Amino acid sequence: MKISEVCFIISSLYVPTEGLGAYPKLGLPGDEESGLTCRTYVFQDESHTLGNALKSIINRYDDVDFCGYTVPHPAESKMHFRIQTKETPALEVLKRGLKDLQKVCDHTIDLFDKEVKEFNKT
Amino acid sequence: MPQLEEKPRVFLEEYRLKNAANDYGMADEKWNFKKFVKNFRIVIVRLDNFEMEFDLIGLQPAFANAFRRLMLSEVPSMAIEKVMVRNNTSIIQDEVLAHRLGLIPLKADPRLFEYRPEDATEGTEYDTLEFSLKVKCTAVKSQPKDSYRTEDLYENHSVYSSQIKWQPIGNQASVHKEADVGPVHGDILISKMRPGHELDLQLIAVKGIGKDHAKFSPVATASYRLLPEITLTREVVGGQAALLQSCFSPGVIGIDSEGKAYVKDARYDTCSRNVYRYDDIKDAAILSRIRDHFIFNVESVGAMAPNVIFVEAVKILRDKCKSLLDELNSF
Repeated sequence: MKISEVCFIISSLYVPTEGLGAYPKLGLPGDEESGLTCRTYVFQDESHTLGNALKSIINRYDDVDFCGYTVPHPAESKMHFRIQTKETPALEVLKRGLKDLQKVCDHTIDLFDKEVKEFNKT
Repeated sequence: MPQLEEKPRVFLEEYRLKNAANDYGMADEKWNFKKFVKNFRIVIVRLDNFEMEFDLIGLQPAFANAFRRLMLSEVPSMAIEKVMVRNNTSIIQDEVLAHRLGLIPLKADPRLFEYRPEDATEGTEYDTLEFSLKVKCTAVKSQPKDSYRTEDLYENHSVYSSQIKWQPIGNQASVHKEADVGPVHGDILISKMRPGHELDLQLIAVKGIGKDHAKFSPVATASYRLLPEITLTREVVGGQAALLQSCFSPGVIGIDSEGKAYVKDARYDTCSRNVYRYDDIKDAAILSRIRDHFIFNVESVGAMAPNVIFVEAVKILRDKCKSLLDELNSF
């Protein structure tokens, strides 16, 4: 039985040498030279659930050139999340995306609870 | 109906699906949380302890799908995970029996329990439920001569889930009631036996998620579909009206007192393309679905009410974002 653990995010930038056994070098073109605006983040124990929801938000930000995700292999529970922007650091965009998704969830919970209460009244 | 034109639609034509000309799949719009809040609506249609139908209107398919996926595979529930077999002389093999027992839905509320740590060998009262199942099949002594019915001949010839006994650990007896932790249904047949067959099992239930094993999934089904919409383009009367009516699910097309067909309620249409089989009426109806109107159907297995399951699912997504943000901020 596997419990969904706290996820580790490892950017190819932040872990250049250590942990390479577990994470083969991503070797994505552009990550070395393009500065802070292009990144691939590796999400442990995440998949389409978070990937697609997050992508659909970040893709609609003004400064974002490209955002996409992939689950490289079905047998590994990893999700690669790629962000390319014009100017904003990719990390900022990722944080903003997560914040927005959190806001969406909070609003959904509030609205749903309200509607259920309303429904039970009648 | 107001603002009908503003809804994004997908048209079900005879040989293809077509999006409206001005529809860019809701992906080109810039993200705006205020606008999302303004457009997003939830309508509860049906709700009881086991089943629920509700509409999520005005949101991205990615969110609807995330909620669905979360309900199926990441909302926890309790299920029997380990079976200690002290004695099993029935014809059902140990491993098959253990698998069957694992699939029995338990009433225990997973929110009152913790996950058992991976390295733990012993369960505690906070993460484990223990049950026992001890049944022996015997022949009834006073067998009636002319009856061959199993219930007249044998005692305990069928083992049901109601025979599973809860054995509280530690303080559990004061926190939970037996009726609130045991099997949801008492009439699940576990095994059939004959005289001499015996079961003596210790069952250990833990908290888990559907990603690990389907038995931990709190829902029997959780699915969504898009709201169907049928528009009649011309008057359809008489025999044609009856034909049109027969092309759709019952209750979808109505016929008024003048014999004219009208769309009564397209919601429960199966969206089959039967109309296109008839040349004389295929021009009369436009079939479409609303692309941001999701009709959710959630069927609980019994431990939690379906509305609770949905809220738990959204909470899981929120907490994921939160813990990821905390981690990113510590870089």
